[in-house]
Amino acid sequence: MRRRNLEELFFKFLMVLATLVVGGSFFLIVGTIFYKGAPYMTFDMLTKTPGGGFYIGKEGGILNAIIGSMYVAGGATILGLIISIPVAIYLNMYMDGKKFLSNTLRMVFDVLFGIPSIVYGAFGFLIMVYFGLRASLLGGIIAVTLLVIPILVRTLDEVIRTVPLELRDAALSLGSTRWETAKVVLRAIRPGIITAILISFGRAIGDVAAVLFTAGFSDNIPTSLHEPAATLPLAIFFQLGSPIEEVQGRGYASALILTIVVLIITILSELLVKKFYKHKS
Amino acid sequence: MTKDKAHISVQDLNVHIGGNHILKDLNIDIPNKSVTSIIGPSGCGKTTLLKTFNRLHDTAADVKVTGKVLVDGEDIYDPNTEITHIRKKMGLLSQRPYPLPMSIYDNVAYGPRIHGTRKKQDLDIIVEKQLKATALWNEVKDRLHSSATRLSIGQQQRLCLARGLAVGPEIILGDESTSALDPVSTSIIEDLFVKLKQDYSIVLVTHILRQAARVSDYIIFVYEGRIVEYGKTEQVLRDPREELTKEYVKGYIV
Repeated sequence: MRRRNLEELFFKFLMVLATLVVGGSFFLIVGTIFYKGAPYMTFDMLTKTPGGGFYIGKEGGILNAIIGSMYVAGGATILGLIISIPVAIYLNMYMDGKKFLSNTLRMVFDVLFGIPSIVYGAFGFLIMVYFGLRASLLGGIIAVTLLVIPILVRTLDEVIRTVPLELRDAALSLGSTRWETAKVVLRAIRPGIITAILISFGRAIGDVAAVLFTAGFSDNIPTSLHEPAATLPLAIFFQLGSPIEEVQGRGYASALILTIVVLIITILSELLVKKFYKHKS
Repeated sequence: MTKDKAHISVQDLNVHIGGNHILKDLNIDIPNKSVTSIIGPSGCGKTTLLKTFNRLHDTAADVKVTGKVLVDGEDIYDPNTEITHIRKKMGLLSQRPYPLPMSIYDNVAYGPRIHGTRKKQDLDIIVEKQLKATALWNEVKDRLHSSATRLSIGQQQRLCLARGLAVGPEIILGDESTSALDPVSTSIIEDLFVKLKQDYSIVLVTHILRQAARVSDYIIFVYEGRIVEYGKTEQVLRDPREELTKEYVKGYIV
């Protein structure tokens, strides 16, 4: 009996410890960024672009990267959605008798889902070179779009599968064509589409590897698709690499900004998912 | 069309789903302007049979249908038949109500809209007429533009019936349409069926014998994918010709 009690105690201890490591690291990460970044978190950081000598500690902010990241993540999410919605509809509503093909396609999207983002970046870069494009906002958007499409397709696929088949039958029985039925299904999953948008946006805004070669970097806010654009993850990278304490601090402040943006998006999508399932019953 | 002329005529119908032979050599003529109930134990193929009438199997994988189903003399499984036009002739009322994700008004107006009625005045007339026909008008007339999912389940089922009628069908298919409803809503729907048979041919799948007795003129008893008996309600329930029907009516087969 003693041995069994000890065993119970030992494994319970291991579990609690592992949970503490996970939970603790969350607070450690957020805490560190906050502790190091908060003192440098000025209003200028949010509202100004880098002035001359920003990277050696003079005045300015990272508005260029905040806006650049919004453009890249927003553009990629919109473009990704335009491509992913038809794919998800096609997979679910037009491939009725072709189970093998639709399952194969789902597997392909699973594989794409798992490909590291640097590969998408490298692929985007190759395409740009091929077409003779320079690093630009457009290049960044394209690379990140490739990255978020599998995420969007998978999410939308899951959401469409929650729509009862009887609802489709109902629409079909009224004499709807398949496309008219698809429109009814799309109406039914509107909250799910919002969730997919937020998940995709959150992933897109935090990714560094896909934009590394493709979007470039600039101290200006891009005014056209062909200008290079700064992004938050790269702004963090450049500033943290500096030996100057002031600049490093701003790097942490930038990380804090990015974390807060992602946190807001995560909380928003959690709330929307809850709302979605509440209305389903 | 006269009262007893066949509206739906099934000839040598066989249905396979995923390699299983679900319906075997069925031949039936379903009469015009009457209520015909399909009864039988669970899994006997009742619902499968009903779905062959408006080709809802088209969207499922691995379903093979052979034989003919004639609706008003037109073979609906002919490759040249346009399916939306066949489905428009039939209103389906499923086991549970599935209102479209839109307002009460738009649910009823949906069918007429996709079939080309655009004018608001025309749609208003259709919506009011069908909601009155399903005894729903007085309950919802002040909130036509609120979401259909806020209605009670019994109201939703009547809305689904109104939605189906708005398309102007000739046939109503009911797939255990009252199984999710409370007794009051059930009797409202049953009364509607009896009233509606003046203008429509109605085919119901039901597992409630008393319901079949209350509403139907004819009964088809299906067992293991075959039609065992088909006749007037009185005769099938009171004086069945077949031994199997006798056992089912007495409750020995569930």
